[in-house]
Formats: sequence, structure tokens, C-alpha cells
Amino acid sequence: MSKVILTVDDSRTIREMLKAALMDAGMQVIQAEDGVHGLEMLESSSTPDVIITDINMPRMDGFGFIEAVRGNGKYRAIPILVLTTESVDDKKERARRAGASGWIVKPFDPAKLVSAINRVAA
Amino acid sequence: MDTMAAIKQTFFQECEEQLAELESGLLTIEREEGDAETINAVFRAVHSIKGGAGAFGLDELVRFAHTFETTLDGMRSGKVETAPQIVRLMLRAADTLADLVRVSRDGGTVDAARVSQIGDELAQAGGAQPAPAAPVFEPIAMSGDQQTDDFGFAPVMISFDDLVGGTQADGGQNGFAISFKPKPELYAKANDAIRLLRELRRMGEAKIRCDFSEIPLLSELDPEGAYLSWHVRLSTSGGDAAVREVFEFVEFDCDLSIEAQGLGGTDASLAVEALLVEAGIKESAPAPAEIPALAPVPRQTSATPPQLAAVAPPTASQGAPAQGAQQPSATIRVDLDRVDRLIDLVGELVINQSMLAQRVMEAGIARLSDVAVGLDDLEHLTREIQDSVMAIRAQPVRPIFQRMSRVVREVADMTGKSVRLITDGENCEVDKTVIERLADPLTHMIRNAVDHGLEKPDDRVKAGKPEQGVVRMTAAHRSGRVVIEVADDGAGINRARVRDIAVRKELIDADAQLSDAEIDDLIFAPGFSTASTISDVSGRGVGMDVVRRSIQALGGRITISSRPGQGTTFTLSLPLTLAVLDGMVVTVAGQTLVVPLTAIVETLQPKAADIHSLGEKARVVAIRGSFIPLIDIGSELGYRDSEADPLQSVAVLVETENQSQSALLVDGIIGQQQVVIKSLETNYGQVFGVAAATILGDGRVAVILDIDAVVAGTGRDHANRKRNAA
Repeated sequence: MSKVILTVDDSRTIREMLKAALMDAGMQVIQAEDGVHGLEMLESSSTPDVIITDINMPRMDGFGFIEAVRGNGKYRAIPILVLTTESVDDKKERARRAGASGWIVKPFDPAKLVSAINRVAA
Repeated sequence: MDTMAAIKQTFFQECEEQLAELESGLLTIEREEGDAETINAVFRAVHSIKGGAGAFGLDELVRFAHTFETTLDGMRSGKVETAPQIVRLMLRAADTLADLVRVSRDGGTVDAARVSQIGDELAQAGGAQPAPAAPVFEPIAMSGDQQTDDFGFAPVMISFDDLVGGTQADGGQNGFAISFKPKPELYAKANDAIRLLRELRRMGEAKIRCDFSEIPLLSELDPEGAYLSWHVRLSTSGGDAAVREVFEFVEFDCDLSIEAQGLGGTDASLAVEALLVEAGIKESAPAPAEIPALAPVPRQTSATPPQLAAVAPPTASQGAPAQGAQQPSATIRVDLDRVDRLIDLVGELVINQSMLAQRVMEAGIARLSDVAVGLDDLEHLTREIQDSVMAIRAQPVRPIFQRMSRVVREVADMTGKSVRLITDGENCEVDKTVIERLADPLTHMIRNAVDHGLEKPDDRVKAGKPEQGVVRMTAAHRSGRVVIEVADDGAGINRARVRDIAVRKELIDADAQLSDAEIDDLIFAPGFSTASTISDVSGRGVGMDVVRRSIQALGGRITISSRPGQGTTFTLSLPLTLAVLDGMVVTVAGQTLVVPLTAIVETLQPKAADIHSLGEKARVVAIRGSFIPLIDIGSELGYRDSEADPLQSVAVLVETENQSQSALLVDGIIGQQQVVIKSLETNYGQVFGVAAATILGDGRVAVILDIDAVVAGTGRDHANRKRNAA
């Protein structure tokens, strides 16, 4: 059973990189362009094993998105990894406070990405 | 790597979009129309560029974007105010960022001094230290490092390493005693103790003991609470950092102690613990497989136990592979060649349809017969298909308009003028090729407007105008064409000077009688340049004659109007598409010609009383009180020597781009028809008065008239004749 990953990022470049890395690792990828879209994809697609989300996005940012997922009984148990550009601690702290399970530092190394997913995925 | 190369291309495309977004956002802020979301969008644009650039190791780009982003972040949080000089700095930084992107894509070099200077200014504005010399991105391996630890721990760790080294010498591995007690927050963030244990087991041999002594009675059990804790003895080849990495995401959500220790069992208390583990609780290495059943206990009653979550996907994801592979987007990318092939085919379809219509007519089939009615439907459909296909190639002029604001800034900087660019109608859509080929002429016109059109600030103040000049660029659809205007509020054309130059360069006779419009038009004459010194800005060997030629090559026209003291306006009129036009099919001296419908005002049968001769050959026709020049197409284009008899002809009243009207004499009108434009230049060469050719329903080739050229040509002839007579 391959894992289903929902990625939420407004940058097409990052979306494509995530998709390439995850599909290479044999995972299924669902993609959304911002938080609102991410919530829509959650409702309309198969439930992902792990969600990866960016923070800076239009319409609904990563913090809002995580809160919404955590606030929904159906999805609250899905691990969420945050894509952060810097490994600055207070950003990680904010992501953690918002309810993220973990984080990935951009630019990410595909192997690290996959291992982070495996670490949080059931 | 093909994928990476493709993604890199996406990155650069995206950069272009982000840069456009950045610039338009900054311009909005400059106009003081921005709100928090504008600043957010601007920040995101730079942030995105930085994120992508980091992925491709474009360090210089990353560094600059980082400095830029930091200042923008300050603006976002209100630490940096949006003062005009700051916004101007940001705009220059945006230009520099664009340069860096371009260099990253196409190679070449940027002005390093300029980059670092703007970087410093940005950092200063942001109140931050200048960009760090090292790449902003730490090596990826950092994520597992001890960066969150206090430096004070370092010595302790070194001594541990010594210890570890000692045991390794004995042939053993690193040993760790790990105790952790998750807090409810750990579970609330969808982390799970079992996964941490699983990770530890992956590292080596783990003896795991679960302490469930704290589980309360069921009646007191909080379903969201956390009551279990674990003690793990791990022997692994990994180091302390690797163990900590397992807990990286959860270190603040659990009580955690990781102690390195030898495995020799010399420590009595350790030995006791080991005994407890093995004897008392019976938790040895194979046990963790059972532990999972216990681990989630506190969560069993929570909304979605992990087991259920894991069960859900298999059923639902049967159809997922295809879905997962698709990008949830309403757009697709298509190779331009495919679109062009489609357009070609539709062109053929249009020709074929009109041929069919002609055959049906020739066969004498009644107009109301089923065949004829069906043919009418086909015609409608063909036209709709054509419009839809053309719409695929249509794009808004926005990107090119946005590019112009940079041109304005640069020229303003160089000439020491203060200029504001106002744009309007950016959403106007035009054929892609037209847009691409507009960039150079528009750039040149904008440069001219700032460099030559606008006065120096002092002169403006003296003339009672605001110091800041305004260049206005607008696009609008007007009767099947797109009209782009570039207007400045400068001094207007100095006609005396233009005239002097034209005489000196022998473009006109010294005693030529020229109207104001004709003098203005001299600016487009080949070899004309009003700047007495070739400035760095406008004069790059390109004159307005080149601008006019490139616009004409697009089937467009450019005209100028100028009012002394109030400014100059250039008007570009362009076809929406280069592929089809609505035309009036007429006959002249046995030839079939097409007159573009957009130029035609009306058709009429001249009466003898309305025709007046003017001089030797020129004739005018009186229409509703105004006299309009009559142009005999047949003799003008050389189809016949004698002048046509106006009373036996039809007059087609046309209007040219500069709003003047003329009446074209033709022998007869065949009808109105949509024609496919086939370029004459690609297959033959440019012919005076002919814009292009087309294929008619009966298979014959007909030429499409270039109304403006025909009318202007006649006018020039008249002027020449007048001059020669004088």
C-alpha cells in the first residue's frame, strides 16, 4: 500500500519538486495550492497519510490550514509536516504551536523528505 | 536529470510571474493603495523565489532574496514603514532581483557592486545586519544537529564521545538509556509514541519497557490524556545526534532523557534495571511488536484512532493513482506548435466552408432548402470555432505593461526626472505573437516619452506643472482592434525644431507647406532623430521609423498627436489576431479585392452633383456637407490607366487610423466575408497598397487592401504634385 501524501504549497516549483521526490519514492501525491484548496482536497480526495504544507500562502496560510485540520475530528490524526525555508527556531516553534507534527527545511533533500515522512507516518 | 531540468524551467517561469506580482504589488504600495494583503503578496513573491532558488543552489539569488525578504518582513510586521523612499528602494531591489533571476537562467553577469549596494541599503532599511556571507541555507544535514541545544552542553557531549569511543574499542556499540513520557500535546499534533519506538528499533537493538502504572481507573481516564511512558535501552551504531533526531519533532512535547552509557554492564544499577526489564516486565527485544497494541490506549477513544486512519485509505484510494498524479488546476499547458497547427486547420476550414457555399449557390439550390440552411449553420459553427481557437492564443497585455514600469524607472533615474507611469486596460487580450513583438516598439516609445517628451523638473515647475511627469499607457479594444496609447504630459513636439531638422536632413523642401500633423509625422521619417546628442537612453540606433515599421509588420498602425505645452500621444492600433479578418469583397477592373471591414464606414452611389474636381486630377465627393477625397483604386493600384467614372462606380467610405475619411471608388461589391490572411511577404514581397492576400471561396487569390497606405500614398502624391506645380 503506497502512502498518500497531500502537499500544500503555492509555488509551482516546490509543488513539482515535492511531487517528483514523492513519486520517486513510490508515494501517491495529491496537491493543493493554498490552505483553502488544501481543505477542499482533503474533502474531495482519499484521506492522506501525511500532509506537507508551506507556511506563506495566499488565501489561507499554513498556520490557518493546520489549525483547520486539527480542528476537524475526521482529519486531526493526520501527521502534518511544515515546509520551512529557514531552520530558524522560532519558526519551528510557531509551526509546533500551530499543531504541526514536524518540519522539513527547504530546500529539501529527497531522501530527508522521505525519511521525515516515514518517521511520522503510521 | 530530466525532471530537475523541467522543474528548473518551471521555476524560472514562476519567477517571472512572481517578479510581475512583486512589481505590481510595490507599485500599488507606492500609490498608497496597498493593504496588508498587498504587502503579504509582495513578501510571498520574494519568499517563493528564494525557496525555489535554494533548491537549485542559486546562492547569490538566495542571498539577495533573503535580504530583500527580511526587509519586507519588517514592512509586514510594521517595523519598517512604507515611506516613499523605502518603496523606491524596494522597486530597485525588485529590478535587481529580476536581473539576478535572468542571469541565473541565461548566464552572464550582474553588476556585483550594484547588487551588494542595494543589498546593504535593504538591510539598513530593514534595520538588520547585512546579508550573511555564508549561504543562508544551512546544509540539509543540519536538521538533525544540535542547533537547539545550549552551547553549554557541548563539553559534556565531548566527554560522552570519549566514553563511547572506549566501548567501541571493546568491540561493543553505543548504548543509550532513553526514557520518555509523552504529553497530550504530542498526540494532539498527530505524533505517536509507537512511531518513535519504531524509529528507535530501526537504529539497532532496543529493549523497550512500557510503564503503564499511571493509567487511572476508566472512570477517571481522560481520552485525550497521556498516561504511558517508556524506557528504552538501545544499542546502536548511531551516535547521540541520531538518537536525538528521532525525537526532533517531539522534544518539547514529552519528558525526555537520553543518556549514553557503556554496554558492559559494569554499573550495578544498570544491571538491576536490565534484570527488571527482562524478568519483571518481560519486555525484551521482540516485545515491541506487541506494545503497539498498548501504546495507543489513551487514544482509543479519540476521534480517529490511528488504526482506523490507516484502514481508510485502502478502500478510498483505489482510484487515487490517477487522481494523485493530476495537478488540481484549471489550466493545461500546450505546445504552441499544436495551437498554431489548429489555427492553420481552422483557416483551411473557413476557406473550405466558403468554397462549399459557393458551389451550393452555383448549383442553383434554393436559399431556403435544407442544404442551404445547413450550410448557414456550418458557417456559424465555423466562425465560433475560429473565435474559440483564436482565444487560445490571446493573452492579456499585462506582462508587457508591467515591464514598462521598469523602463520608466531606469530612464527616469538616468535623466534625473521624476516620472509616474499610469497604466490602464492591462487585461486587454491580444494575440500572443502581437504581444511578443510589441515589447521592443513599446520600450522605445516609453523611453522616448520620458527622455524627450517630459521636460526637466525645473522646466516643468516654470511651466506651472507638477514636478513629477506622468506617462500614461492604456490599452482598449476598439472595433475589432486593440488600441494602445502612450501619452506624456510634457511640452509637446517642438514643431519649429522638427521642421528645421527635417529640412537640414533634406527630408522636406525648405519651402514645403506642411500642416501640424504632417510635421509631427516627420518624426517617423527614416533617418530622423530629434535628440541633438545621442543620449544613452533613447538613441540606440533605433528611430521612430523602426518603431513604425515593426508596428506595420504586425498589421498595425501608429499615429502621433501633440499639443504644445500639454504633451504628446502615440496611438498604436493593432489587429487582435494575425490570422483572419472580416472583409468586404469588391471588384475593380476585373480584379477581386478585399477591404477590411473595420475601416469601412459606409458605401454609397455618388451622384453627379456631388462630385467636384479639385485641381488637375484630384476629385472630392460631397457627403452630408463635408468634402471627402475620392480615390480611384483601379488607377491608384495600376489596374487601369483611365480614371473610373464615379457615376458607374460604388464609393466605399473608409476611415483611416488618424480619423480622416476617404471614398474609394470600386466597380462593384460582391459581399461581406470572413477571410483568412495569408502573408504576401513570406511568399512574395511587400507591395504598395496591399496588406496581405487571401483565398476566396472559388479558389482564387484576392489581395487585401492596406487602406492607410493607399490613402496616405494618394495624399503624398497630391502633396508632391502641389510642390512640383509650385
